[in-house]
Amino acid sequence: MAGEAQHGKDAGHAAAEHGEGLVFHPFDQFIVKPMFHDGPVGLFTFTNAAFWMLLAVAVIFCVMVLGSSKRAVIPGRAQSIGELLYGFLHKMISDVAGKEALPFLPYIMTLFLFIVTANLLGLLPLSYTSTSHFAVTVTLALAVFITITVVGFVKHGTKFLGLFWVSSAPLPLRPVLAAVEVISYFIRPVSHSIRLGGNILAGHAVIKVFAAFASITLISPVAILGITALYGLEVLVAVVQAYVFTILTCVYLKDAMHPSH
Amino acid sequence: MADTHNESLLACVDVSGSADGMPQLCADWFGNQVFWLILTLVAIFFILSRIALPRIASVLAERQGTITNDISAADELKRRAADAEAAYEKALADARTEAQAIAQKTRDEIATELAAATAKADEDIAAKTAESEKAISEIRASALENVEVVAKDTASAIVTALGGTVDDAAIAAAVSNQVKG
Repeated sequence: MAGEAQHGKDAGHAAAEHGEGLVFHPFDQFIVKPMFHDGPVGLFTFTNAAFWMLLAVAVIFCVMVLGSSKRAVIPGRAQSIGELLYGFLHKMISDVAGKEALPFLPYIMTLFLFIVTANLLGLLPLSYTSTSHFAVTVTLALAVFITITVVGFVKHGTKFLGLFWVSSAPLPLRPVLAAVEVISYFIRPVSHSIRLGGNILAGHAVIKVFAAFASITLISPVAILGITALYGLEVLVAVVQAYVFTILTCVYLKDAMHPSH
Repeated sequence: MADTHNESLLACVDVSGSADGMPQLCADWFGNQVFWLILTLVAIFFILSRIALPRIASVLAERQGTITNDISAADELKRRAADAEAAYEKALADARTEAQAIAQKTRDEIATELAAATAKADEDIAAKTAESEKAISEIRASALENVEVVAKDTASAIVTALGGTVDDAAIAAAVSNQVKG
């Protein structure tokens, strides 16, 4: 099997080099490379990853800061977007995690705005999608995980461990449930990050596969229709995944605020 | 052999520049992404917490204040309009009462005058009636007298014609008796 796979790969390369037949490189779009020169990627190299993340910062700056610079009582378009986002996250946090979690608004809004902006920028043709990389999503999820754990212990001390001790369950069941709760607590950052990264990665890869099929004249109309439909779906996924990541952060934050079951 | 040279140059990328395996799992790129991600998140956090969110919060608060002020101003105006309406209603009611009073007074005056005139007219009529009755009774009295005289003459003429002697006193008594009937 391994030999066959190796053979297939070589054949693929050969085909690519000779520019004939179907060429699938759905993962090439995720390659991290230096922006302005060739060479290896070091820790501080200005890569395409860096460029698209900083572009997200620029977009967020334009919408949130420049958009609201007039401080108009009757808002313009850009200011309306900023106010809408503010109201949306403000409501989400106070509804899900409670009013006392509102000091975390800038933190949660940072996560949401970064993810939604990076997702949407990633949908531009020829762009690079930061949030399709597990290095990024795992960092985000770990940041949330560490924040939640620290906030829980700082606010409640050892009482935070009550999160794992289901006091409403019968006593003999509690140790079992505690084990389950501890495991699920530590699984959280994994599912939190894989959900976001996996969704974005899969969508972009599938679009690329359809794009490769578009080079065959006979099925290109179907392939192009498929790309169009998937693109619409991906716009939805981009926003929904940012929403899901954020609301789960709020749910976890609620655990840190009110650990008792 | 050039292949191996190229492959050794760049991690996770094959000869033709395509991804070698999943780029997501290329450990050589993790550090770079995490570094720029942290830089990005810190930048966004400061943009939001230092500039954008306080500004938007103040704009929203200001708007809320403006709306509250406008609503209270509208309430004030509404209250004043209600006051004005009440004053108008009161003035209208007063005017109506006054009009009714004037009408009543006029009606009373007219009634008084009418009563006086009626009384005067009644008096006149009564006087006239009395006068007339007096005249009528005088006429009736003289007529009765005449009737007696004529009756007496007629009686004495009839008696004479029948060949009797005329006894004036008897005739007078008989005629008077008959006329009184």
